[in-house]
Amino acid sequence: MAEKTISQEFAKGLWSENPIFRQLLGLCPTLAVTNAVVNGLAMGAATTFVLLFSSIVISSIKKLIPPQVRIASFIVVIATFVTVADRFLAAFFPDISKALGPYVPLIVVNCIILGRQEAFSSKNPVFRSIIDALGMGIGFTISLLILSSIREILGSGTFFGMPLTGAWFKPWLIMILPPGAFFTLGLLMGIFNYLDKKRR
Amino acid sequence: MELVTIFISAVLINNFVLHYFLGICPFLGVSRRIDSAFSMGLAVTFVMTITAIVSWIINHWILIPYHLDYLQIVSFILVIASLVQLVEMFIRKTSPPLYQALGIYLPLITTNCAILGLALLAALKNYGFIQTIIFGLGSGIGFTLAIVLMAGIREQLDMADVPEVLKGPGIALITAGIMALGFLGFTGMLK
Repeated sequence: MAEKTISQEFAKGLWSENPIFRQLLGLCPTLAVTNAVVNGLAMGAATTFVLLFSSIVISSIKKLIPPQVRIASFIVVIATFVTVADRFLAAFFPDISKALGPYVPLIVVNCIILGRQEAFSSKNPVFRSIIDALGMGIGFTISLLILSSIREILGSGTFFGMPLTGAWFKPWLIMILPPGAFFTLGLLMGIFNYLDKKRR
Repeated sequence: MELVTIFISAVLINNFVLHYFLGICPFLGVSRRIDSAFSMGLAVTFVMTITAIVSWIINHWILIPYHLDYLQIVSFILVIASLVQLVEMFIRKTSPPLYQALGIYLPLITTNCAILGLALLAALKNYGFIQTIIFGLGSGIGFTLAIVLMAGIREQLDMADVPEVLKGPGIALITAGIMALGFLGFTGMLK
């Protein structure tokens, strides 16, 4: 693998290695919390936070972790930061915390985070891991925002809870129900592949 | 009666895959062929039921009495990881044919969000001991049902003429959407 520049390291999370559309990682929270933009944003921020701090910790202590127990150690580090994020949301944003329900604790098993630790932070210096984590986290957040904007606008006719469309628009209830999540993500994936193909 | 309700609701109405979106990774990854999908489903059901029991005991006998519920996430995930390892060793020793069937799927289950989701949801819903077991079993069967159905559809889909850009995950997600739509129909079963 050729050495990437810092900006390339950052940008790969946004497009070429986008966690959702390219690597198909972390689909569970993606589908579950994107019925409103606020939830999508909170989820993206929480995941980015956990990803960033676990990357910092793990890339700092990577030499101390015996390879046989590395997965277990990664999970403990990740779970610690998830607990922090969970408690923080519950204390300062109780409404969002309630809306996200079990999906905040479930960040622990979000494959993006464990995947980045295994594939990147455990092999790279701290600074690069921070850049990588930021790129991946922001790529994830942007994808969540796109998905949740589409679903909230079509499904409830609002954006960030503010009414957007007039009374003439009858919201498509299906978009905020589970099937809508699958349809939207499936179609977005098609669009993403189409754009990617055109770019080459 | 209440137990029947919990069971039916876990299998059909609040299906883990199609309603809670848990376990999407194996749902998309291991649903290419019916037999491997079925093995995955079995492995998940097995681990889910055991997890439900163990996590209930930990939650109600250790975490709640000592006011340690903020350690829920850490302790559940550690329990699940070691449980999966233990189950794997146990099956390898006692039943080689079963190990052959489930073998490669067991390690994958550790990072399957459905398992941790089950432990957390059961804790959230404040189920009693028996209810938790039924909930775990039902959720596992619901997962198996969804992944086997999906595999059946995808085997047919291989021969269908799918637009180039939607091939692979795109069409799988849309199929899952249609399935979720069908499962919505079960909502009316319980009031």
